Amino acid sequence: MAKVSFNVNGESRALDLDTRTTLLDALREHLLLTGSKKGCDHGQCGACTVMVNGRRINSCLTLAVMHEGDAITTIEGLGMPGHLHPLQQAFIKHDGYQCGYCTPGQIVSAVAVLDEIKAGIPSHVSADLNAIPQVAEAELRERMSGNICRCGAYSNIVDAITEVAGSKG
Amino acid sequence: MKPFTYERAQSPAEAAAAAARIAGAKFIAGGTNLLDLMKLEIETPAHLIDVNGLKLDTIEATAEGGLRIGALARNTDLAADPRVRRNYGLLSRALLAGASGQLRNKATTAGNLLQRTRCPYFYDTNQPCNKRQPGSGCAAIGGFSRQHAVLGVSENCIATQPSDMAVAMMALDATVETVRADGATRKIPIADFYRAPADTPETETVLAPGELILAVTLPKPVGGKHIYHKVRDRASYAFALVSVGAIVQRDGSGRAALGGVAHKPWRIAAAEAEMPRGAKAVAERLLAGATPTHENAFKLPLVERTLAAVLSDARA
Repeated sequence: MAKVSFNVNGESRALDLDTRTTLLDALREHLLLTGSKKGCDHGQCGACTVMVNGRRINSCLTLAVMHEGDAITTIEGLGMPGHLHPLQQAFIKHDGYQCGYCTPGQIVSAVAVLDEIKAGIPSHVSADLNAIPQVAEAELRERMSGNICRCGAYSNIVDAITEVAGSKG
Repeated sequence: MKPFTYERAQSPAEAAAAAARIAGAKFIAGGTNLLDLMKLEIETPAHLIDVNGLKLDTIEATAEGGLRIGALARNTDLAADPRVRRNYGLLSRALLAGASGQLRNKATTAGNLLQRTRCPYFYDTNQPCNKRQPGSGCAAIGGFSRQHAVLGVSENCIATQPSDMAVAMMALDATVETVRADGATRKIPIADFYRAPADTPETETVLAPGELILAVTLPKPVGGKHIYHKVRDRASYAFALVSVGAIVQRDGSGRAALGGVAHKPWRIAAAEAEMPRGAKAVAERLLAGATPTHENAFKLPLVERTLAAVLSDARA
């Protein structure tokens, strides 16, 4: 067992955990934040995506004890019924899901993707490494490739992200 | 996952000393590969030494005009560093061609170099694998071997090193800086870093047990066009079947290293000397002595065609 304290969605949380507990299991099983989903549990599907200190990661591939003092944002921290995040609203409007299991990971990832583009981080499909990356369909598809949707809602997901990116100007 | 004890190291020397002192200890940084393997009980460390607090994440200019990349610099930060984008575009391109955004945010420079093979038989604990369980045999030889190595293989292992970043590091003549438990540091040229599988495929690098990577250093930029061309089964988030990392100068001379074909990024000086003569001449030298299986023989023409695409891009 090991102690760890971190901030989740603005609240300080202290836990005493088996060292083997992943951040995902700490969030879901210990803090009952079940929005983040366990899909593959091997970093391949992206359903577990959360932000740690503002950066998206696979919460299934990191140990909770490795996050002492970190600030974690889950889908619950982005928005809840009644006060949805613009991307949550856009996923509903554009029908960016069918079964919905991958959706929390898709939305957290999408929020981070727009931040990464704004920060000027290039991608595999950026034609010029030294130019400012643009919000374009090819960029969004490449940057979202770590989030799998087996229902195949990808085109609607791209539409939802594009709308929010555009409205941010 | 097997139980393990955990500590947060406070200094590189302390981390290396702890690794030497505690049997079955391993360092953990990004953890994206190690935890995956621990869940499958392919890796079963008794103790984890968390090195994330060691402040080895800076990227600094060197006196020689190069860059010293801290072992803990995350793949995203390294790929996005303005100096890397400007002067070592091959490295940015290789990093961005690998993994997913989430993984690149966590994965470190040293961890990327040390990632294990994605051979499906290494991952399947019901199958023999000399890398996972020395002496048990190799199920890939005679098995499904489409992804496997065609160069530098042994009768004990035909696994590939899957890192895209390492291909760029090889073409850029990077040096790996380490510290050992006794405090001694050393600098290992990337060309000497990976060991051939031979009779001990479980030992993949020349690092001693407990030796900790501190940084990877790049010599001063060499100019030229920087191209990383990765051929894979999906357009994104897949390992290479074949990749070519190249730096091509205006006169047609240059450097080229291959990924996806061996236990290490494959680079041959005699092949680079042929670059002005074209892809066929380079491929012939690079692939000399290749021993493909019936399932991965396609990699040989694929190497030549990928090289041709790279040289054509360089001229454009």
